[in-house]
Amino acid sequence: MTDVVVSLFLLIGAGFMFVAALGLLRMPDLPMRLHATTKAGALGGGLMVIAVGLEFFGDVAVAARAAAIIIFIVLTAPIAAHLIGRAGYFVGLPMWSKTLKDELKDRYDPQNQVLLSPGEVSSEDKPDRDKAE
Amino acid sequence: MIGPLAWNILLAMLWMGFTGSFTGTNLFIGLALGYLVLAYALRGIPAFANYATKVPRTIRFIGFFLWELILSNLKVAYDVLTPTYYMKPGVIAFPLEARTDGEITIVANLISLTPGTLSLDVSSDRKVLYIHVMYLDDEAEVVKSLRYLEHRALEVLR
Repeated sequence: MTDVVVSLFLLIGAGFMFVAALGLLRMPDLPMRLHATTKAGALGGGLMVIAVGLEFFGDVAVAARAAAIIIFIVLTAPIAAHLIGRAGYFVGLPMWSKTLKDELKDRYDPQNQVLLSPGEVSSEDKPDRDKAE
Repeated sequence: MIGPLAWNILLAMLWMGFTGSFTGTNLFIGLALGYLVLAYALRGIPAFANYATKVPRTIRFIGFFLWELILSNLKVAYDVLTPTYYMKPGVIAFPLEARTDGEITIVANLISLTPGTLSLDVSSDRKVLYIHVMYLDDEAEVVKSLRYLEHRALEVLR
């Protein structure tokens, strides 16, 4: 019985990893490649680690390590994705031609490293009060 | 000063010591019993007051999040595996309700973890999170589901 469950988890995990790898090739631009790879990869890895934990069910040392691995995958994967995506965006990689909208465009000032929220005016564009008086 | 969670772990350790079996299952039983004792015996003390509701809430949130994770992973996987693209990507500005650095970090990470949404950056005034969304068919719907996720996460954190 456990064998079947363990095999299922391993196969589904491997499947998600395969999808992640395929997504890296097939998706049209950087943010979407990140969508496909990081999350499916993390889920696939997590499922495989759970499978190992089930195989050695009741072994505290294995279970603790499995839990630690999952926690670290969940902690690090989104940070890496966020940083790569952010760097790629601000370096100016082109987005896919069918991208619907981009509210981040022209909101970042690389000189002062300030990112404005929508509707906010940058301090340089604001009318200078001293001059107005 | 140690928090409720540390007390709970301490009680679980004691339980394992008294019953004399150091297995994962017994640790789990100890944690559950310790939680019941803390939730009942210390219900009037401010530091422990919301611990009783927080634990089930956290467990429910983890369940909810895993479910969302699997659903959206399947959605992205479908798009990767079938020849036609159904994506309608875009970058949206999501007004944050999370205020402190820790809250923003966790909310941004949770959003990044669900496939289909990737947090790109936080505005310098920390009011807005810029998110790359893969399926922007209905922006109001996307913002609504992100808001729901944020609410549930903040419920656990606060």
